[in-house]
Amino acid sequence: MAEVLVYVDHVDGAVRKPTLELLTLARRIGEPVAVFLGAGGDAAAAVLGEHGATRVLTAEAAEFGDYLVVPKVDALQAAYDAVSPAAVLVPSSAEGKEIAARLAVRIGSGIITDAVDLEAGDEGPVATQAAFAASYTTKSRVSKGVPVITVKPNSAPVEAAPAAGAVEALPVTFSDAAKGTRVVSRTPRESTGRPELTEAAIVVSGGRGVNGAENFAVIEKLADSLGAAVGASRAAVDAGWYPHSNQVGQTGKSVSPQLYIASGISGAIQHRAGMQTSKTIVAVNKDAEAPIFDLVDYGVVGDLFEVVPQLTAEVESRKG
Amino acid sequence: MSLRIVVCVKYVPDATGDRHFADDLTVDRDDVDGLLSELDEYAVEQALQIADEADDAEITVVTVGPEDAKDALRKALSMGADKAVHVEDDDVHGSDVMATSLVLAKAVEKTGYDLVITGMASTDGVMGVLPAILAERLGVPQVTLLSEVKVEDGVVKGRRDGDAASEQLEASLPALVSVTDQSGEARYPSFKGIMAAKKKPVESLDLSDLDLDAEEVGLEGSWTAVDSADKRPERTAGTIVKDEGEGGKQLAEFLAGQKFI
Ligand SMILES: Cc1cc2nc3c(=O)[nH]c(=O)nc-3n(C[C@H](O)[C@H](O)[C@H](O)COP(=O)(O)OP(=O)(O)OC[C@H]3O[C@@H](n4cnc5c(N)ncnc54)[C@H](O)[C@@H]3O)c2cc1C
Ligand SMILES: Nc1ncnc2c1ncn2[C@@H]1O[C@H](COP(=O)(O)O)[C@@H](O)[C@H]1O
Repeated sequence: MAEVLVYVDHVDGAVRKPTLELLTLARRIGEPVAVFLGAGGDAAAAVLGEHGATRVLTAEAAEFGDYLVVPKVDALQAAYDAVSPAAVLVPSSAEGKEIAARLAVRIGSGIITDAVDLEAGDEGPVATQAAFAASYTTKSRVSKGVPVITVKPNSAPVEAAPAAGAVEALPVTFSDAAKGTRVVSRTPRESTGRPELTEAAIVVSGGRGVNGAENFAVIEKLADSLGAAVGASRAAVDAGWYPHSNQVGQTGKSVSPQLYIASGISGAIQHRAGMQTSKTIVAVNKDAEAPIFDLVDYGVVGDLFEVVPQLTAEVESRKG
Repeated sequence: MSLRIVVCVKYVPDATGDRHFADDLTVDRDDVDGLLSELDEYAVEQALQIADEADDAEITVVTVGPEDAKDALRKALSMGADKAVHVEDDDVHGSDVMATSLVLAKAVEKTGYDLVITGMASTDGVMGVLPAILAERLGVPQVTLLSEVKVEDGVVKGRRDGDAASEQLEASLPALVSVTDQSGEARYPSFKGIMAAKKKPVESLDLSDLDLDAEEVGLEGSWTAVDSADKRPERTAGTIVKDEGEGGKQLAEFLAGQKFI
C-alpha cells in the first residue's frame, strides 16, 4: 500500500489533536508515515503509532527554531524524497499552510488548503472544502504532481489504530534559503488552561455586546462551566477587550466545534466565515433582527447579562 | 538608492454581495461587484509608511486579474502608490494559486524590487499561501503574517503573532513581507489622491510580455481541479425564543436535550 506523509504539529513534543485527526484521514488513502521535527520525537512516536503511523521520521536541529518556516520545508522535502509518498498531509495552521505551500512548489505539485474532509478517489484523494464564508461546499483534487493537502482541525475523529510507529532518524541538509529569516526572539503565549480554540469541542464567544474587557468574565464563566474555549468577534478584539489570538472569523481563527455559542455578536459575514461550519450554533442577542439568528439551531432574544449567567448557573447545577 | 517596493493586490468579489461560482467552477468575477481586497489595503498602507520613512522610495502595485481589476489598482494609486502593473490575459482565467503565483513572480521580477509586500490572504480564496509560494519562487526570505513591520538599513524587521508564540523576525533585503489586519488601519484616499491617481501610469502586460505560455496557466494549466461546487443547504430554521426571565434556563434545556450538558 502506498505511503502517505503526515506532518506532525506539536508543542514541545506534545502532539496536537489535529495531527491525530490527520492520521485518521491518511489511513483512508494509504499507510501513514509521520514526520516529526524538533525535540521529543521518541515519546511522540508512541502516540503517533497508536493512531496509525507505521513509521515516524524524526529530525532535530537548532535551525527549526532559529529561522522561519524554510528549515522545516527542507526537512519535509527530505522526508518526501526518502519516502516517495502518494500524498502529503499537513495540519492547516498558519505555519503548516506555508510549509505545505513551499513544499508543493519544490516538488511541482498542486496544493489544496483547508480541507474539511478527505476521501480516496479514482484520480487521487478528493478534498472537501468550504468556500465563500462556508456558503458553498466544493470537492477538488490535485491534478499535477503528488497531492499536498492541508486539513482544518475537527475534520475527522481521532481513532485508535495501533501500528508500529517505528522511529527512524531523518537526515536533513539545509538549503541556502533556510537561514533567510531569523527568529530574533520568541515570547510563548501564556496558557489560559482552557482548550485550544481551534481544537475545542465547544466554543463560547463574545462580541461588541459584551461591552468591556471586565465583562468578558461573564463569557469565561460560561466557557469554564462547559469546558469550552473562549472566542471573540473582531469588534471585541479591536476594542481591546480580548486578545487577537482568540478572534474567530476570516482574519482570526476558523473554528468548527460541536457547539458554538455566540453572545452579543451580530453575525457579520467575516465572523460567519470562521464559525459557520460549527455543528450546533446557539446565539444570545438582544436584537431579534441580528443576522446571527439566521444560522442558529437555538437563539435567545435577550440581554446577555441576564441570559448567560442564568445559563451558567443552570449548567453548574445540572453537573451537580 | 531608491527603495523599490512592490505591493501585490487582488481584485475580489465583494464579500457582502452574492458571491458564487461560474459554470466552469471558477469564482464568478463578472456578475458580482468587485473591489480591492480589504486585506490588501493593509499591505498598501504599510508600503506607504515604509516609503515615508525611507529617504527615497517608489511603490508599484501589481495585480493579476481581469479588466475590472484596474479598479483595485486605482484604489491603491489613490491611497498613494506611485505606479501600477496590470497583468491581464484571457488565458490566465481559472488559474489556481500555483499558476497565479507563477505569473505574479514574473511580473514582480520584471518590475524590479527590494521589498515585496502582500496581504495576509485574499478575501475570496482565503488560502493565505501565495506569499510563501511567491517567496519560494523569487528565492527571497519570507517574513510573513506581520502585525508590525519596519525597514532599517536594508533589513526588514517585524512581529509575527503565531499560534504558540509571538516572534520578532528579521531578514535582509530583498525580501517578501505579508501583513495582517493587525498592522494598522489603512488610510482613506483623499480627494487629491483620487485626482492624482488618474494621471499615474498603469502598465498592461500579457503572458507573452512575461515569457509565459498559455498552457502553463489558466484552468487547463492549473495544478488543481474543482470537480463540484454546491451551495450549502440553508440551515433549517432554528428555535428562537424571547427572554421573559427564563431564557438562560430554556437554553440549558436545549443544550441538555442535545447532550451538551
Ligand atoms: C477584511 C475584514 C476582515 C474581518 N475579519 C473579521 C473576523 O475575523 N472576525 C470577526 O468577528 N469580524 C471580522 N470583521 C468585522 C466584521 O465585519 C464585523 O464588524 C464584526 O464581526 C462585528 O462584531 P460584533 O458582532 O461583535 O459587533 P456588532 O456588529 O456591533 O454586533 C454587536 C451585537 O451585540 C448585540 N448586543 C449589544 N448589547 C447586547 C446585550 N447586552 N445583550 C445581547 N446582545 C447585545 C447587538 O444587538 C449586536 O447585534 C472583518 C471585517 C473586514 C472588513
Ligand atoms: N491575482 C492576484 N494579483 C495580485 N496579488 C495577488 C493575487 N492573488 C493573491 N495575491 C496576493 O497574495 C495574498 C494572499 O493571497 P491568497 O494566498 O490567494 O489568499 C493577497 O493578499 C495578495 O496580496
